[in-house]
Amino acid sequence: MSNGHFGNHGGQYIPETLMNAVLELEDAYYHYKNDPGFQDELTELLNNYAGRPSLLYFAEKMTGDLKGAKIYLKREDLNHTGSHKINNVLGQVLLAKRMGKTRVIAETGAGQHGVATATAAALMGLDCEIFMGKEDTDRQRLNVYRMELLGAQVHAVISGTQTLKDAVNETMREWTNRVADTHYVLGSVMGPHPFPTIVRDFQSVIGREVKQQVLQKEGRLPDALLACVGGGSNAMGIFYNFIEEPGVRLIGCEAAGRGVDTAETAATIATGTAGIFHGMKSYFCQDQYGQIAPVYSISAGLDYPGIGPEHAHLYDTGRAEYVPVTDDEAVEAFEYLSRTEGIIPAVESAHAVAYARKLAPTMGKDQILVVNLSGRGDKDVAAIARYRGEQIDE
Amino acid sequence: MNKLPQVFANGKAFIPFITAGDPELEVTEQLVYQMAEVGADLIELGIPFSDPIAEGPVIQEADNRALAAGTTTDKIFAMVARIRQCCQVPIAFMTYVNPIFTYGTERFMKNCREVGVYAVIVPDVPFEEKQELLPFCSTYEVDLISMIAPTSNRRIRKIASEAQGFIYCVSSLGVTGVRRELSNDVEQMIKLVKEVKDIPCAIGFGISTPEQARQMARLADGVIVGSAIVKIIGQYGADCVPHVVEYVRSMKNAIE
Repeated sequence: MSNGHFGNHGGQYIPETLMNAVLELEDAYYHYKNDPGFQDELTELLNNYAGRPSLLYFAEKMTGDLKGAKIYLKREDLNHTGSHKINNVLGQVLLAKRMGKTRVIAETGAGQHGVATATAAALMGLDCEIFMGKEDTDRQRLNVYRMELLGAQVHAVISGTQTLKDAVNETMREWTNRVADTHYVLGSVMGPHPFPTIVRDFQSVIGREVKQQVLQKEGRLPDALLACVGGGSNAMGIFYNFIEEPGVRLIGCEAAGRGVDTAETAATIATGTAGIFHGMKSYFCQDQYGQIAPVYSISAGLDYPGIGPEHAHLYDTGRAEYVPVTDDEAVEAFEYLSRTEGIIPAVESAHAVAYARKLAPTMGKDQILVVNLSGRGDKDVAAIARYRGEQIDE
Repeated sequence: MNKLPQVFANGKAFIPFITAGDPELEVTEQLVYQMAEVGADLIELGIPFSDPIAEGPVIQEADNRALAAGTTTDKIFAMVARIRQCCQVPIAFMTYVNPIFTYGTERFMKNCREVGVYAVIVPDVPFEEKQELLPFCSTYEVDLISMIAPTSNRRIRKIASEAQGFIYCVSSLGVTGVRRELSNDVEQMIKLVKEVKDIPCAIGFGISTPEQARQMARLADGVIVGSAIVKIIGQYGADCVPHVVEYVRSMKNAIE
């Protein structure tokens, strides 16, 4: 692997202005990766600040209702700040601090990554600026206020489609503007090398814990892992330690929006083609001339026209499968999990829950299915109400 | 035949940038003829991209206008072919890697060769990834222009030693756009390049006034101006041609 290639995918397709910054990041990362002091500090933060390990919860009622595989939920929603995003952010902000950076910037879609970054920056005493599409600041107003409470400055991005893709564009532009004292805390397993590797490594704690926990509870590995995929960080996090376990199916659930046969979709594997964008070669929703498509999903966190390069590679090799899940299915799953297990999932995670509802009944009762519940759904309540035709003041 | 050497053969080169298809291709075609007429030494034609991450708001909006007008890579090739029937001004394409890759890199470079485009500038292909394009650039004799930036430091020697055509020196941090102040770091950057290789250097990013152009031309072999021109196009739309021509004339005079 050179320059972070995963098969045909990955690479470092960024302006020259940023090249020294990513090379410096790569050096620092490989240095601290094997530095016991750094690792101890990170583990301390993960355990005693973020609340790890997260529970592996047996969803007994859901299992009984679906009459198939035993369903476990990996409760990343119980982490501090309410999603898996904190795993990566604590690692990267700690790294930034060790590198002598005094300021962090980040993109955010649903706001989960922005909130996590603002949290870690507050804790570690770094300046923080968050870029968020204007449309997302409207549909996730609570998270905007949350970030501001944490001391971050939030910029509403008004270019392009005003969603996650444009937030990434604007954060990259800001990084070229001020690179010496600033680290870009990229939120997913995407972008130029070394980000897909760094984010995957910091998120792989999810799968490492699942492996231990499921062996402890069941004495065997699961038959399938389910996770939602936008850029793909929570999926990569749970998949990574199982890639070498051929008996475990790895299934990523993409946001199909109003359906993969409509233009209002964000399902990259289902509808995209090979391209090079946001620093990486991978699959993207785009037209025949390489213009990036204005994608759509009810979930701001999955509303992204690409997928991380390692996922693209896992798809090429057939090691992982990717399935589309529509807005309707995700909203139904959101409500279903709330009623059935008393757990309100993030609408992103609800995409994985939705596919679990389809898959579990086709599996045997002796089989095990683990769903990565990547975030909690408080932030989505008002949007789901709107989807159901009810107006709620946040 | 590659016409890039002639760009820098007559004193300091003035290199205007416009986005093809902004506000429509007919206007672009007229702009090329008339900018060549008043002394543009090389014309940088932008192939619009939906998400130009190295551009500031002015050129982002130009890309949006061009795409909204239905501009495509095929239509741009057809326009350049038309231009070539009566005008031989050197042309370089400026675009992002995705429009090239998606079009098919070989097909893209082959078309460049056929219509007489002798260079491509691709800001999101750094030195480390140039093999993505270089093999086809070589086959069809299209120069892949290297960029150096104020953050390049020790990378400059490596980049310069393998550079072709000319070197695009990015004057300042950040994205494209008009700037009031320009740094003089670029003088040091160019000195480093020339130590390694005798290759023309053109400075871009932020230059808008004749005074700035004069100042930068003293340091380099050429001056690239984009956002200031695109701003005029944005202001006057389809009636922009005389205004742009006047501006290009004043800038060309300033550096002579």
